[in-house]
Parts: sequence; structure tokens; C-alpha cells
Amino acid sequence: MSAVAHPSAADSGHAHAEHHHHEESFISKYVFSQDHKMISKQFLITAIVMAWVAMLMSMIFRLQIAFPGESFAFTHFFLGDKWAPNGVLSSTMYLALVTIHGTIMVFFVLTGGLSGTFSNLLIPFQVGARDMASGFINMLSFWFFFAATIVMLSSLFVESGPAAGGWTVYPPLSALPQAIPGSGMGMTLWLFSMVLFVAGSLMGSLNYIVTVLNLRTKGMRMTRLPLTIWAFLLTAILGVLAFPVLVSAVALLIMDRMLGTSFYLSEIHIAGEALDHMGGSPILYQHLFWFLGHPEVYIVILPAFGISSEVISTMSRKPIFGYRAMIGSLMAISFLSFIVWGHHMFITGMNPFLGSVFVFTTLLIAIPSAVKVFNYIATLWRGNIVFSPAMLFSIGMVSTFIAGGLTGIILANSALDIQVHDTYFVIAHFHMVMGVSAIFAMLAGVYHWFPRLFGRMMNTKLGYVHFWITFICAFGVFIPMHYVGLAGGPRRYYDYTEFPMFQGGVMDLNVIITMFALVGGMAQVVFTYNFFHSIWRGQKAPENPWHSNTLEWTAPMKQMHGNWPGAIPTVYRWPYDYSKPGKLEDYVPQNVPLEEGEEEN
Amino acid sequence: MTTLLILAVVVLGLLVVFRLSRVAELTATLRGQRQEDITERDNRITGRMMWAFLIAYFCFFTWIPIHFRGVFLPPAASTQGVWIDAMYHFNWYLLGIVFVLTNIALFYFAGRYYHRPGTKAFWYPHNNRLELVWTVVPAIVLVGVIIYGLTVWNKITAAPAPGTAEVEVYGKQFDWTFRYPGKDGQLGATDFRLINGDNPLGVVTRASITKRLAELHDQIAKETGDKEAQEATLPEDKVADMKDHISHLEREAEGIMNLRTLMEQDIATNGSNSTYLHGSDDKVTKEFHLPVNTEVELLIRSQDVIHSVYLPHMRAQMNAVPGMTTRIHLEPTITTDSMRTITGDPSFDYILLCNKVCGISHYNMQAPLTVESAGAFKVWSILLPTFESASPSATGATAPDSVKTQIADEAQAAEGTNKQPN
Repeated sequence: MSAVAHPSAADSGHAHAEHHHHEESFISKYVFSQDHKMISKQFLITAIVMAWVAMLMSMIFRLQIAFPGESFAFTHFFLGDKWAPNGVLSSTMYLALVTIHGTIMVFFVLTGGLSGTFSNLLIPFQVGARDMASGFINMLSFWFFFAATIVMLSSLFVESGPAAGGWTVYPPLSALPQAIPGSGMGMTLWLFSMVLFVAGSLMGSLNYIVTVLNLRTKGMRMTRLPLTIWAFLLTAILGVLAFPVLVSAVALLIMDRMLGTSFYLSEIHIAGEALDHMGGSPILYQHLFWFLGHPEVYIVILPAFGISSEVISTMSRKPIFGYRAMIGSLMAISFLSFIVWGHHMFITGMNPFLGSVFVFTTLLIAIPSAVKVFNYIATLWRGNIVFSPAMLFSIGMVSTFIAGGLTGIILANSALDIQVHDTYFVIAHFHMVMGVSAIFAMLAGVYHWFPRLFGRMMNTKLGYVHFWITFICAFGVFIPMHYVGLAGGPRRYYDYTEFPMFQGGVMDLNVIITMFALVGGMAQVVFTYNFFHSIWRGQKAPENPWHSNTLEWTAPMKQMHGNWPGAIPTVYRWPYDYSKPGKLEDYVPQNVPLEEGEEEN
Repeated sequence: MTTLLILAVVVLGLLVVFRLSRVAELTATLRGQRQEDITERDNRITGRMMWAFLIAYFCFFTWIPIHFRGVFLPPAASTQGVWIDAMYHFNWYLLGIVFVLTNIALFYFAGRYYHRPGTKAFWYPHNNRLELVWTVVPAIVLVGVIIYGLTVWNKITAAPAPGTAEVEVYGKQFDWTFRYPGKDGQLGATDFRLINGDNPLGVVTRASITKRLAELHDQIAKETGDKEAQEATLPEDKVADMKDHISHLEREAEGIMNLRTLMEQDIATNGSNSTYLHGSDDKVTKEFHLPVNTEVELLIRSQDVIHSVYLPHMRAQMNAVPGMTTRIHLEPTITTDSMRTITGDPSFDYILLCNKVCGISHYNMQAPLTVESAGAFKVWSILLPTFESASPSATGATAPDSVKTQIADEAQAAEGTNKQPN
């Protein structure tokens, strides 16, 4: 089967009918599938597994932070005698867990998992295409991603331990195995995993862009695209422009580590010896890293915006407020995301004037972000809200985005950042704004499009249980964490017991945080059970279960190659005709022609 | 055992939830109710829970800072810290208002407008005036925030007044070393190749260069001898490694000789102003003292990886980056003693924390900071041994601790000040 054999964009139903008789083997259907729906499921399930790995890691190190030096059978069970002698997490492994938790969550769950799953599922469906522009490259994109996950996971088992210099892997710490054991083989695997990941991400992104721009069905103007597609398109553009810079940063780091170059190293005396490296700059790495790293957080949050916009509008039975303003703010955020990276570096020794410029650009992002929040709230106003689990998670997304976004205004202000830089305040901020709110949007997406993915429904009541526990625990974890940071508590500390200033209150807060984290983690068992149980035994999904307007629900629920059995539907209206006056139903799908005299929005 | 019990409870609890959900699912199916049909009752209850959550959220949010008020840092102990604290207050009030209003709107609307069968939502796709308002108003407010923020930032990062005292803060895995200028009031040049047991900062003096070169030559001679002796018996790659290491040492020695040439040229041009002549009376110490109400500039360097100088009580932070010198300047305003009174904690100490992950003992890379009166500081610093005197050229030892203690005791007795760090 070559990619050419898929006339993915073919409008003619006849050309497609031939495919129905094509019997697929297990391998081509479930493993090396070129079908966007299957690839989407592959991304999703890989991401769920990776999320579990990263979440268990966080539970292990949260136990150590709240109860330093105490023995836990849980810790010992996962890490064994070497990394948790007598059940006490070692400080080497602590740093490794923190590092890999961050790496997996940011790249493998919130980038690969979120964008990979939903771009793949929704782009062809919602623009009205038979499949991605190139099914073969799409397949490769997943398998590069999968190879990256395998390399990353394998680094957990090397003798010197996985990478341990924090998920940003700043050199010289990450460049010199003398500095920390994790910078040996573990770091090498980390770097190669990242290169594979970026290659996969790039293939995916190019495919998404081409599909959105070229394979839209008849009538699907850019201004009739659902906001999900706008978000995925901009995410893909960000990915194409930003990720290669990470590869260059990684390539230079690999050269410094293996070939004796000095891009990031200069005047270092370590382990009793002066090194030969002269003239490099660790700051260069930080610039390159954050040139990716900052757009990366928008690569995470833009799809979350897209999904929550779609879900909030559908489930409020009300058009999204300010559709064009929403597109405009997505564009503004995307553009600004490239000129703000320096706000991660206010106190690295970067020129303070340059810092001022980054303060200015960073605070500008608050404007489109505020517009989005206000528009979400205006959409809820006088809506007719159906509280599906997806809707609950979308409202949760908006609320955590408010909480995390506002503390961003503190951190963007360089003078204020001096005090809380690299403290738990930062951890609380970015977990709120891109961890919790992006995960909430991802969960909203899973609940909302589960019928589209698997043809069955997830259990709503279990969804409620999952939402409320997760929602309460998210705040229970991250609200107190802000105060640990304001108390001056540094991040990535294995143990606070050496500091009188952190005894008492701060340690009590840490216990509260850990307790909520453990309960919140347990709640994910409910989700995982619900997810896998429903794949096989969930109630069969009806056509268009949420009475939605977008095109993916016009395709039959039984999945097929090419998505639609006959011709691809033609689009006549924008996707948000909910509760339109003069209509019998409270929704009008995009493929319904305008009535005579009806105005389009 | 307890762990097992907890585990058993959790597993049983989850099983119960799953079974109950299954029962609910089956009864719903019997009644003809489907997963995608959310009943009015469910919507109403969820709406009410949105309101309940809003109240609980605000309560939790308020309860923590009240109940845990003890965790907050004491008042800022530096001039810049006072500016930063004032700026925090302004921003907190501003953000607090936005936080409360947006959350009320979000959860109130969510709870208020739950789905009622037979009704339709209000058709309200856009309102340009409203959108303009909530774009322009945040923009204006942000302009204020930016201007205020940059004003403070520019004040903090402005160049210090000429003649500001310099103190070097030097990080390495996993402790801090400090260097104070001697009589000449200036810190001398350093070079990382000169670092050894008695010269932890690599201070450049004629003596330290000579000594380091001699040390290197001895080491090269020894390793060359070892290599020649073992060349026949060792495997080829081991021999190659030894050769590599010897040539590495030779390069280092060559670098130091170049440095010596540079130094002599600089001394010839600049005479006694040469930075290479300022090192010998510098004072290298593991103790960190600063005078109160005096502006000092911290020159921050690192030996190995990135560290970060974090002085939470001073609201000051700057990374220590290998290969470059970073700078901050600050003016402590409250002595350690006064802060002990303010906090009511007789064992209170200012602290310097490493705040950039730097290796496995990162969490314990700290040093206490003593802020004392200018007089007490002067006495303390005068009595520190100079670099030249502390590193006798023959022995590989730093100033013996007994000498240090003696000097410190004398100083204390003479001044009658309390400057015991711990």
C-alpha cells in the first residue's frame, strides 16, 4: 500500500467505494496504520501510558518532599534497592524522577498526546477530508514518536540512571558526567529521544498544515473552520518553526558531550581538574532551548483552547462568543509566543535591558489571553448548559487557566520574578496554566470525542466522579504550592529539613500538597477504567450524541476508510449555529444549506 | 503493613465505585436512559455544585494565607527588597480583583444557566463594543503594570555608584566561597587553571602562578614516567588515555604560561593599577558577611555548573554561570541582630541558597549570611587572612582553623559585637 493509493482528498464517492472491499491485515490496520483515526488512537493510548508513568513518578517524589527520609514500600516497589535503599528515595533518583516527569509530561503527554491525538482525529473529520494529506508520513510521525518514548523509557533502566539535570537539561550540568551521574548514558538517551521526538513532531505538523490548508471540503472557508482546527493549525505552525531550534540546541550539546567542542562550556574546573573547554556560553543553550521552550508551552495550550472552545460552545448550546476575536487572539498568542522566551532568563546574567524588552512582550500576551477568558465566560452567559463530563472539564480548564494565567503576570514582571524565580511559585504557576488546564482540555476532548474514536460512550457518572475529585485535588495541590514558593522554597530540592525557615508551616503545606496529589492520582484510576472498559463494553454511541454542528458527526459512527461512504458533505455555514433564532432544533450542522433569507454569521 | 492496608482500602474503594457505576449503567439502560442524555436533575445538581465549589474555592484560597501566615518571609531586608515588596502588594491587589470577579462570573454563570428542557440559549454570537472594552481595558491596566515593573527593574539593575564595594560570591558543587578585597579595595584577577587546594578561586598572583606551574610539571613528569613504565603491559586504549591526559596537562601549563606573559605585559603597561596585582591581599573565606546600610556589588562566579545565588530575605537572586561573571548590587538594611528581634527568633539567620539545580547535593548548598554594623564588618574583614598569607607557598594547607578562630575571637572581644554566625 503506497501513500499514493489513497486519494485522500477525492470528492468522488465512487473512487472511494473500492476501498470497502479491501481487507486489511492486523498489521496494517492496528500497527502500521495510515488511517488518521487509528493513528489518533495510537497517540492517545501511548500518551495515557506515558501519563501514568510520569504521574507515578510525581507520587514517588511528592512522598519524599512531604515526608523526607521516610521509608515507603510504594517507592521501594518501583525503584528497588539501588535507587531507594530501605524504601527511601535517593537524592540522585529524586532529581532523575523530577527531570523525567517533566520531560514526559511536556513532550510526550501534552505535545504528542494532546496535539497528536486530536489533530489527527479532528483535522480530517472537521475540514471534511478523507484522511491526512500524507497517510504514510502521518504513520511515520507516530512511529518516530513511539520510538522516542521507547528510548526515553529505556533511559530509566541504564546503570547510571536517567537524565537528572531538570527537564530543561541546562549545560554544563547536562554536558558533564562528572557533575551528576544522570549526565552519562541517561543523558545521551534523553538527547536522542528528543531528536526522534522532534522528527516525528515535524512530520505530523507539516501534515496538519497541508491538510488544513489544502484539503478543506467545498464551502469550508477559513472563517468557517471550527476553532479546534484553527488552534491545531497554529500549533502545527509553531511546532514547525520552534522544534528545529531544539534539535540544534541538542545537536550542539551532543557535540560538546562527545566531540570535545565548546559551544556551551567555558572555564570549568570539575572533579579536581580544569577542562580544556574555552569560550562557550551556557547562556547560548538557554536562548536556544527557550526559543523552543516558550512556543512549546503554547503548543501545549493552543489545542487546549481549541478543544475547550468547541466543547463549551456545543454544550452551552450557544455560539462561541466572538468567533473572530477568538481566532485573532489565537494568532496574537502564536505570534507573541516567539518573542517572549527571555522571560525564563531574567536572572541568568542576560543583559537587563534585554530583560525589559521581554517583560514588555510577555505582558502583552495577557491581553489576548484575557480576551479568550472573557469570551468563554460570555459564552456561558445565558447558555443552556449541558453538563457532560467534557463540559465539566472545559469549565475546569477555564478556571485553572485563570488561576495560572494571573500568576503569570507576576512572573512576567522581571522585578517580581527575582524573588520567586525557580521557587515552587513557578512550579505552581506552570502546572496550573499548562499542566492542569491542558490536561483538563485533553480529558474534555477524550470524553467528548470518545464516541467518534471508538463508537461507544464513556460512562457519564464515572466521568462526574473523575472530574470532581481531579478538579478539587488540582487546586488542593497547586494553590498551597504558591505559598511554598512565596516562602522562598526552591524547586528541585530533595529535602527541606536542613533549613529552619522551612520547618513547620512550609512542611505542613507540603504534606497537604502530597495528600491531594495522591488522591488526585487515584482518581485517574477511575478514568483509566472508564476509558478501557468503555472501549469494549461501553454503550453503543448514537449518531451525533452531543447534537453538534461540526462535520465529524455527519460521518457514520462505524468507522471506515475515507470517513464518509458517499460524497464528502459540503459546508454552508459556520460551525456555531447553536440555538439560532427561528430554527426548530437548537443546532444546525454545517452541512445544512442556508434557508431562504437566512443570514450567515 | 499500614501501606498494605491503605492499598487494600483504595483498591476496594475503587472496586465499589466501578461496581456501583455498572449497576447505575444497567438500571439506566433498563429505564431507557442513555449515557449521552444528561437529565435535568443531573444538570441542576451539577450547577449547584459549581456554586458550592466557588464558595469552597474562595474559602480554601483565603484560609491558607491566614492559617499559614507564619510561612511568609519577614519584611524585606534590603532597599531593593522594599521596592519589590511594594510592587508585589500593588500586583496582588490588582490580580486579586480580577481573580475574584472572573471566577465569580465563570462559576455563577455555569451554575445559573444549566440546561432546562424546552428552552433555548440566548443567541449572542458577538458584540464588538463589549469585545473592544475587554481588550482595551486590560491593555491599559497592563501598560500601568509594565511601566511600574520596568521602573523598579531599571532601578534594581542600574549600574552601581562608582566606588561601590565589591564582594565575590563563588559557587561550586556544593558550597559557597566568598572573596573580599584587601587594602587596595579591589578584587584581583582569577583564572580557573590556577585552582588547586590552596587557591580555591584561582586568584592570580605571581606566586600562585609559579606554584601551580611547578605542581603541573611535577604531575606531568610523574604521569610520563608512569606511562613509560607501563606502556608495554597496558592495553593500547589505556595508554592512549594516559597520553591524552598528559597532553591535556601540557595544554593547561601552556595556558598558564600565556597567562603569565599577559600578566607581565599588563603590569608593565598599567603599573600598580594592574588587576593582576590586586589579588595578593584579597581575602578568601567561607563566611559571608555584609555591612548594613552600605551598597555592595556581588560579583558572582561558578567553578563547575550553573548555580544561583538566592537571598530570599534580600529579595535578590542571580545565577552563577561558569565562564562569566554576573553581578547584582544590593544594600542590606536590617542587621541579623535586628532581624532576630523582628522575627522573635533568636536563632534566625539570613541565608544564601543555591537555586539552580547543580547536582545531587543541590538541596543542601547553603551558607548563612551575617549582616552587621559597618564597624563590626570592617573589623571582621580586616582580621581575615590575606590570600598571600593564607596560602604559604610550601604547604598545601589553607589558614589553619585555629588561627582563624583566634582572630575572630580577638575581634569580638575588641568590638564587643555579636557576630557569631551560628
